[in-house]
Amino acid sequence: MVTAAAGRASRLPPLAPALTVALLLLPVSAGFLGVAAPSLGYMPALGGERLSALPFRELFAWPDLPRAVALSVLVGLAATAISLLAVMLIVAGWRGSRAFRALERALSPLLSVPHAAAAFGLAFLIAPSGWIARALSPWATGWERPPDLLIVQDPWGLSLILGLVAKEIPFLFLMTLAALPQAQPAKSEAVARALGYAPLTGWFKTVFPRVYRQIRLPVLAVLAYSMSVVDMAIILGPSAPPPLSVQVVRWMNDPDLSLRFRAAAGAMLQLGLVAAALLFWFGLEKAVAALGRRWVEGGGRGGGAMEGWLRLLGLALAALSAGAVFAGLGGLAIWSFAGLWPFPDALPEGPTLRSWMRHGPALAAPMAETLLIAAAATALSLFLTIACLEAESRHGLAPSGRALWLLYLPLIVPQVAFLTGLQTLALAAGLDGGRGAVIAAHALFVLPYVFLSLAGPWREWDARQALVARTLGAGPGRALFAVRLPMLLRPALTAAAVGFAASVGQYLPTLLIGGGAVRTVTTEAVALAAGGDRRAIAIWSLAQTAAALAPFLAAALIPRIAWRNRAGLRDG
Amino acid sequence: MGERGLRLERLEIAREGRRLVALDALIEPGEALTVMGPSGSGKSTLLSVIAGAPPPGFSVAGRVLLDGRDMTALPPEARRIGILFQEELLFPHLSVGANLAFGLRPHVKGRAARRARVERALAEAGLEGMAERDPATLSGGQKARAALMRMLLSEPAALLLDEAFSRLDAALRGQIRALVFDTARREGVPVLQVTHDEADAAAAGGRVVRL
Repeated sequence: MVTAAAGRASRLPPLAPALTVALLLLPVSAGFLGVAAPSLGYMPALGGERLSALPFRELFAWPDLPRAVALSVLVGLAATAISLLAVMLIVAGWRGSRAFRALERALSPLLSVPHAAAAFGLAFLIAPSGWIARALSPWATGWERPPDLLIVQDPWGLSLILGLVAKEIPFLFLMTLAALPQAQPAKSEAVARALGYAPLTGWFKTVFPRVYRQIRLPVLAVLAYSMSVVDMAIILGPSAPPPLSVQVVRWMNDPDLSLRFRAAAGAMLQLGLVAAALLFWFGLEKAVAALGRRWVEGGGRGGGAMEGWLRLLGLALAALSAGAVFAGLGGLAIWSFAGLWPFPDALPEGPTLRSWMRHGPALAAPMAETLLIAAAATALSLFLTIACLEAESRHGLAPSGRALWLLYLPLIVPQVAFLTGLQTLALAAGLDGGRGAVIAAHALFVLPYVFLSLAGPWREWDARQALVARTLGAGPGRALFAVRLPMLLRPALTAAAVGFAASVGQYLPTLLIGGGAVRTVTTEAVALAAGGDRRAIAIWSLAQTAAALAPFLAAALIPRIAWRNRAGLRDG
Repeated sequence: MGERGLRLERLEIAREGRRLVALDALIEPGEALTVMGPSGSGKSTLLSVIAGAPPPGFSVAGRVLLDGRDMTALPPEARRIGILFQEELLFPHLSVGANLAFGLRPHVKGRAARRARVERALAEAGLEGMAERDPATLSGGQKARAALMRMLLSEPAALLLDEAFSRLDAALRGQIRALVFDTARREGVPVLQVTHDEADAAAAGGRVVRL
């Protein structure tokens, strides 16, 4: 996590950073090997004794491959570009406004809604028999029955792109908010305005380059994620053929074990696609930078109608993103209490608790599993994060840019590309997943979020407080536990909540590492996608959302109660 | 017992090969040495080094001795060197009384005895009955006095002041300054202060070193 910047001798070698690096690096590289070997035909446990090109030949013989590949690339690039554009327009055009503050307040709930629940909610909105069609029918559309239109799971992946944008805008927005103070936008904006630049033009010419430099890794993570997402793609994406990642998981889960060689080849192709897309994005960055420099040198002051339209576009995209998630959740809630709900009625008969009574008891066990896994993965991640950050403070280490890349590694390497490999290795070694393995796999994706969320407040904390405690006779342990951690209670709990929500939302690690034996509310909810029971889907999605959202409420409430008599920490 | 006081023995602080501070001095018990210099001259770094927490990126040569004992290899908690900053840095999560108790040495044993010692210290500083208060509700002068008492309860053998009076308003400044230096003289504690305010140096009444 860190590299030495000071020549000061330390009594204990910083163990935590090494351990954390191992936790991040080992599974990803082992998983890569577990994919690479069978993709070349080698996996003795499955009867692959010799290297061969057969898996790739079979993969390329799949007639739908070009379409699956095109979907993966188009969905990834489109979702990333639209999300980034929306966030930049919102920050450039609306900072300090009421709309902006409203969006800031909506951020935590928007972030915590799991991808699968957001996808189901969106599907219930835009489906031919969804809320939007019902609201417009029959008076505007003339539809007495749901139209025979493929809106959800459309062949071009448009609804999948919409779902991804709705979830990635909040993520990039949060990362941008964290990056803004360092870019000192206020000063640059003031200078640009004084020189006669219109607000939006001035922001893009002065602040954007600095902000983008800082949110670059999150943007790359969004690109890689959007290209290889599985749970959202099962719900919103086309199915014949699906995006490549979904097809890889289908092959992985096929009872015919020989298909795993083809799955491995597909996972390698997915990895290659993401690598190629990242390279393409780097090229795009260079091109935009060159054009941007020319644009800046041109000295145009901007303004006019164009600027107004762009501001409006930013607001519309952000409102669409937040609205899709919130209205989707509302739709899920109504479905869960719905009695009979014939098309085109805008509201169902009811409300009734029938669906909750029918599906409620089945929720208990997967819910307990979900909470247990999330709590364990979050506790492990929080412990390693605090140990790393404390080692950084004690040994005077400075984080390097490379360490940050390492942290983003599990978020940038597509999940299908190494989780399938881990599953294959476990199979070869005769291990079957189980809860412990799933917790470890979750920690891999929870740790980066916990670390990114806590590192900022940790490093901003006034280290003189620790020095005061030490000069008063407190050892390093007491300075940590009696001073630093209590003062950082709020950010530590927020980091835990972010990690918890990330774990609750994990689909693929639970499915692949758990070998189907570990059932969480997320795996159960996604499994319902193929059926059409909207009431069951609504209940499982709401349970999933509640599991992710509850820790955020706790993180907001606990410091308020613990520090109710401490004005210095109450609002901090 | 050998030498008494805080000795900085050919202490040199450098950054990227450039020497920032070089000091060779003995501060005797009850004496106050003032180091003056513009901001960025390494004044605060000097105090961090003496307190035992050199910031990363600086190289340090020389030794720090307190009452003849070499402190150079000791961590801050073993040095018995107290420090006061421009901000009071009371721990915001602890009550005023708990802040003072944090400083109180462990050899004062028993809840009642420790509490009584804290109450006495509060009374000495004119903060009677404020043990349960939230530090954020104190006035500037009260915070400064609470921070001073917290530090004194840790029984420091030397005292470092980092622009300790610069944030107080003029009326309060003289009062707190007198309280700190009088206490140090009475207890026979050597004081090293860094400041850019000539009045601080005059109040200390000792030697002045300019960086």
